[in-house]
Amino acid sequence: MESVGLNAYLFVGAVLFVCGIVCMAIKRNGIGVLMGVELVLNGANLNFVAFAHYTPLGLDGQVIALFVIVLAAAEAAVALAIALNFYNNHLTIDVDRGNELQG
Amino acid sequence: MDTGTVLRNLLTLAWLLPLAGFVAEIYALQLRWSHRLSKAPAQLAVACIGAGFLCSLSALLYWGNATEWAALKPAEHGHHAEEHAGAEHAEAEMSPVDALHPAEPEAAADAEHTAVAHAAPVPKFYAGTFYKLAQFGPLEITLDWYIDSLTLVMFTMVTFIATCIHLFAMGYMKDELTEEYEDHQVHLPGGHHFTRPGRFHRFFAFLSLFCFSMLGLVLAGNIFQVFIFWELVGICSYLLIGFYVERHSASTAANKAFIMNRVGDFGFLIGLMILITSLGTFRFFDVENDGVEQTGLFSLIRGDDGKLDVSDDPSVTKSVVYLRDSHGHRLADGTTPRTISYLLLIAAGLGVFAGSIGKSAQFPLQTWLPDAMEGPTPVSALVHSATMVAAGVYLAGRFYPMFPPEVLLGIAYIGCITLFIAATIAVVATDIKKVLAYSTISQLGYMMLAIGVGGWAAGLFHLVTHAFFKSLMFLCSGSVIAGCHHEQDMRKMGGLRHKMPLTAYTMLVGVIAIAGLAIPGVGNALFGQALAFSGYHSKDAIVASALAFSELNPNPLHNILFITPLVTAGITAFYMFRLWFMTFAGQPQDEHVYEHAHENPAIMTVPLLVLSLLAAGCAIGGEDGWLYRLLAFSETVPAVERATSARVATIVLPSHHDVHDVHGTAGGMALLAAFAGTAVAYLLYCRKVVNPDDIRRQAGGVYDFLVDKWRFDTLYDVAFVRPCHIVASWCQGFDQKVLDVVLHTSAAITVVVSKWERTFDEGMVDGLVNLVGTSTTNFGRSLRVIQTGRLRQYVMWIAVGVVVLFVALFTALPK
Repeated sequence: MESVGLNAYLFVGAVLFVCGIVCMAIKRNGIGVLMGVELVLNGANLNFVAFAHYTPLGLDGQVIALFVIVLAAAEAAVALAIALNFYNNHLTIDVDRGNELQG
Repeated sequence: MDTGTVLRNLLTLAWLLPLAGFVAEIYALQLRWSHRLSKAPAQLAVACIGAGFLCSLSALLYWGNATEWAALKPAEHGHHAEEHAGAEHAEAEMSPVDALHPAEPEAAADAEHTAVAHAAPVPKFYAGTFYKLAQFGPLEITLDWYIDSLTLVMFTMVTFIATCIHLFAMGYMKDELTEEYEDHQVHLPGGHHFTRPGRFHRFFAFLSLFCFSMLGLVLAGNIFQVFIFWELVGICSYLLIGFYVERHSASTAANKAFIMNRVGDFGFLIGLMILITSLGTFRFFDVENDGVEQTGLFSLIRGDDGKLDVSDDPSVTKSVVYLRDSHGHRLADGTTPRTISYLLLIAAGLGVFAGSIGKSAQFPLQTWLPDAMEGPTPVSALVHSATMVAAGVYLAGRFYPMFPPEVLLGIAYIGCITLFIAATIAVVATDIKKVLAYSTISQLGYMMLAIGVGGWAAGLFHLVTHAFFKSLMFLCSGSVIAGCHHEQDMRKMGGLRHKMPLTAYTMLVGVIAIAGLAIPGVGNALFGQALAFSGYHSKDAIVASALAFSELNPNPLHNILFITPLVTAGITAFYMFRLWFMTFAGQPQDEHVYEHAHENPAIMTVPLLVLSLLAAGCAIGGEDGWLYRLLAFSETVPAVERATSARVATIVLPSHHDVHDVHGTAGGMALLAAFAGTAVAYLLYCRKVVNPDDIRRQAGGVYDFLVDKWRFDTLYDVAFVRPCHIVASWCQGFDQKVLDVVLHTSAAITVVVSKWERTFDEGMVDGLVNLVGTSTTNFGRSLRVIQTGRLRQYVMWIAVGVVVLFVALFTALPK
């Protein structure tokens, strides 16, 4: 079977990454920002897996991808808890309202 | 225990008990065992000194029994012609250096053995060392004890009189038993009197300390130790004279007493320095250390025969005294004999005597004693009649072997001048205590005169008898003062014998004793030559010594030494009877005083009675009596033969025999003078044949001169005090004009420099530090702008940052 090649994966990964960054930068909804983070992480994951398959790095990339997934789950749990508390304090999850730490 | 140890223990106990009493009494309030209204401190003081008296008395009796009263046997002190030859032999055997030294048991046993073998000499003294304080090369500073019959008699006398005075003071000082004592002689602005808490316990503490010091002085076995207690006695008298310290007159008098004593003590110190450099020891007696005999002062100078071993050099400045050991052998360093220059010995003697002049208020330092009457009367009785001033005479007596004849001549003249000056002033004094004060000075002059003319035993005999009758009279005057509500002016008294008979007649005993009245011709074995009170016997002995001295020395000037005391004996009788007549006889002069006068309670009169018995009878038998013989037993330079000296001056000191020959003549003349004085006093002040005021007007100049105390105070004021003030004001001017200006200028300069420094500090140093601080703050403040707190903006920056990093990496890194 003919493979689509490394570049295709990298391209898809880059698109996901940029989508995630843009999502984080423009969404005011906290959950939306969280989603952007997930996109960024998964874009990076795609690169790891692709490099694992197409380069002699072997299983290293896949193992790191697994770590990233675990980290993402943990991060999502923490971030959702933050979102809940944020809501308790502000009655909204608009991240622009959370500017108490302004210098 | 041998005799010496027993005596030492008893006397040490008597000596230290008052010290323990002092410590307990001075802290009576702090230790909370007593309070301000309690008589307990006084009772403790009486207990201490009373126990001390019992110890001293038992020591005296023990010593007497141990020596089988050898001192009282007439053969040993031959002033009878037929006994003379035998006495000479006995004296030679008993010279001080032969006496055993109880600190060394072997020697003691040896000596006792010898004593039994020869069936004769009992030791003249016991001595030893309590404690070695320090050693500087060959010089040892030690606490020694030296006990002979003089020590024992002094101990008994001092403790007994002190006990009487303590008891009297319990009554006299009862005004102090209060929380608020109002001192009527201290006037505050606004017409009030000064009030303070009573100081009853402190008074008795000082009395105890004083007794301790005096007893320590008597017990001391070396001249340095004497000096220590000498100064302690001085400070005690300072504390007691200035007891009413708030009174200006009292504090001034205390200062005066202390400062005038310092003048004398300066001479004392010089004497000590001469002794230490020339003789290398302070001890009176010989000791044996590790088999090496260390010769004491007395043996060094007097050898074993009581004579000075002077070189035959015709020139006085070159003549020396050879130092000898206790066996009479000349001491030598290698082949050169150890010597002391004769002039240095004179200087040392005069120096030590200068201390006596100060303490015993002799001419020219006599002016402090009358002022010292500012103290409470019991203090005057204790300090200024019987003990402290007696310390000077005691020292002169104790140090007698160290005095070469020229010094003795000086002592005699000083005593002679003093006794005359003081007696004449006493004639015009009107304060009852001042009369007694001047009579004290005069009597001390007698004692010094006696010691100076070689009548060693006569001088100390008078010291003891005088202590009894003078403390009696001081206490009587205290009784009068207390009975008349602190009136001391005799011109306001009169007729008081009806109001206070006990005081009046005990006083009369003292007056007769000091005047030396006697009933001649009724003498017998018990009473001696005449029926008389103590003063007659002792004064008689002094006048006889003086007459013998002036007869033996052809120099007509020395006749003064006999004529002056003779005339003064008359003056003494006059002013003492004047005192008695003015106070107790005649008509009351001041109704107010007379109305309120009353006899004092028993605690004050019983001591008077006891003392009057002793004043009358202590010298019973005269020179054949027990007291004189006890004292004469300690005579360190036996006057059994005439001692001729022809160094600086030609002087012949009389022997006992010489004195005895003229005794009848001298005694008769003294008695005549005393009766004359008494008669004049009786006519003037009792019968009022001539009004004394007329005489005063007739002899106005002389009267004023005497009232001004021979103008000594004025003289000292002009000669010492004023120049001192002038020099002080110069110094003050120098201080103010020069030193202060320098100081102020430097201070001003310092201030100016400091101001500059302040500017520099505030401008430069602070500025730099502040600059660092502010710039840090400003930088931080500018960084605040970045912290917007906007989450999305941060994400943007992260993204932009990543991009920038990538671009930078890819452009910068080489391909």
